[in-house]
Amino acid sequence: MNVLVLPIALPLFTAAVLLLAPSRPLLQRWISFAGACVLSIAAVLVFVRVERDGILVLQLGGWPAPFGITLVADVLAAMLVVATAAVGLAVTLSAFSGVDPRREGFGYHGLIHVLLMGVSGAFLTGDLFNLYVWFEVMLVASFVLMALHRTRAQLEAAFKYVALNLIASSLFLTTLGLLYGGTGALNMAELATILPARENTAYETILAMLFLTAFGIKAAMFPLFFWLPASYHTPPAAVGAIFAGLLTKVGVYSMIRVFTLLFPGDPAVLYTLLLAQAGCTMIVGLVGALAQQDFRRILSFNLVGHLGYTTVGVALGTSAAMAGSIFYILHHIAAITNLYLISGIFLRLRHTTSLTELGSIFRERPLVAILAAIPVFSLAGVPPLSGFIGKLALVRGAFGARAWWTGGIILAVSLLTLLSMARLWSESFWKTAPHEDKSRLPGVILLPIAFLSAITVAMTVAAGPLYQLAMKASDQLLNPALYIDAVLKGGPQP
Amino acid sequence: MMTTTSLILRAGARVLMPLLLLFGVFLLLRGHNAPGGGFAGGLVVAAAYILHFFAFGLDAARRALLTRPERLIGSGLLLAVGSGILPVLFGRPFLTSLWLDPASGIGTPMLFDLGVFLVVIGVVLIMAFTLAEE
Repeated sequence: MNVLVLPIALPLFTAAVLLLAPSRPLLQRWISFAGACVLSIAAVLVFVRVERDGILVLQLGGWPAPFGITLVADVLAAMLVVATAAVGLAVTLSAFSGVDPRREGFGYHGLIHVLLMGVSGAFLTGDLFNLYVWFEVMLVASFVLMALHRTRAQLEAAFKYVALNLIASSLFLTTLGLLYGGTGALNMAELATILPARENTAYETILAMLFLTAFGIKAAMFPLFFWLPASYHTPPAAVGAIFAGLLTKVGVYSMIRVFTLLFPGDPAVLYTLLLAQAGCTMIVGLVGALAQQDFRRILSFNLVGHLGYTTVGVALGTSAAMAGSIFYILHHIAAITNLYLISGIFLRLRHTTSLTELGSIFRERPLVAILAAIPVFSLAGVPPLSGFIGKLALVRGAFGARAWWTGGIILAVSLLTLLSMARLWSESFWKTAPHEDKSRLPGVILLPIAFLSAITVAMTVAAGPLYQLAMKASDQLLNPALYIDAVLKGGPQP
Repeated sequence: MMTTTSLILRAGARVLMPLLLLFGVFLLLRGHNAPGGGFAGGLVVAAAYILHFFAFGLDAARRALLTRPERLIGSGLLLAVGSGILPVLFGRPFLTSLWLDPASGIGTPMLFDLGVFLVVIGVVLIMAFTLAEE
């Protein structure tokens, strides 16, 4: 069985069924949820196969690499596909507590699945041009999801989002043109046999810088992150959740994949710059978060700041740091998606996420507060939750690589995160709210939050095995020969 | 929407519509080994319906389509995915071309192209009809 194609084909199939099915909200929500369930099963299947047989390769259409498009899943890609499916499950589950009718009438559920397809495709593809195509799929779906409601703030946000992401896409496309012109290849495994073997000239450095800029915009790295805090606080909670959980991670994943394969350790300026960017991203993100007065804006800046953590690994290029970053990516997907979904509760109760209007949750709705405490304190890095373990692994990795400055920044920024999250917690859950709220909260709104909180707890309990997996993924990444052999010489067929 | 269109346009549309539809299908079938294909064919068919809408109004064009454009997109996507899945059932990689008889051109690539054809018609007509309603 071709399991590798399922995480891409299944969401497309679900989207098509959603288009054909009658547009009754409840039916659409169930189809969407069922699609996400099947996608999760397929993702776990891919992961189990990769874990058992090593790197999985599928040559689409039977065209051998490097002539056709190759799908490749190593441990990192498989783990991220599982994470994508989990986010999909949570977001489709959250639709049961209500989607605004205008969005639902215009194919909200189908678009969510198209977005999931784009993300899985980006994680699984082994071809750079194909990666560009998946970026476009994600961009189109996310733009429509963001702008569907057409309030003034959302249109403004969508404009900034699209304008900057289009610049990133065109840069990426230009880079691919240069790359293809200079090497005649787009298959990443083939490129990995061509580029690192060459004498390092200005050509390679230019390519590396262009990739860094294009992916840097996608991943919201300093100094290219401005579009993210300007747009992520406007769409509804579920849309914000799927964006925050997955889209920037695709940018980070692309950096990890392309830099480890095409520019392993060379040109040095790429890695120096990336490390500096990661440090600045962390500092600017968290300092920005402290200045904000809105729940979702604080999350946006935290998201930016923590993206710095996720790129430290590839910048340092040691196994321990890379494993720490990979662990952190997985933890962060669960925690930040959950926090954006929690902002949906505030929107439901108070119709705003401004901190001054929030409060009293801990006293009046203890269950909500307890469920929310898990991602909040996990993101803050309070032991023993998964965020603490991720940061510990990263600090060890950074000091192990003798990157004292980076290690110091990680520690300092952890303190800032703690401060930012403590403020978030006391302002939105602990303090007494200025107005009382009488509205009832549908119980179903808690289901996706409980699901993601359970995942965070599971990551904490199973931190050992998960870290082992992250180590395995990072060893595969730092040994590109495995990837190249699997693609070009034919590894185990799925 | 009631517009008074000229007799020339209405008479012309009546003659051109079947020709354009036929030409769209011709492009779809020709695309196997020559310029054409589902995308171009779909555009021509969509143009035929847009011409119908210019001549006889939006409601008439919607009636002439017989179904909602959303359904065309959905079934087109299903056809395209199905043409990829079909070889998997025979133990070949996703999207591998299977032929009844390679000379005739009847096989999964044609199904895929038919899917593209339907999706293009659906997408263009959704855009055109939505713009017409505004």
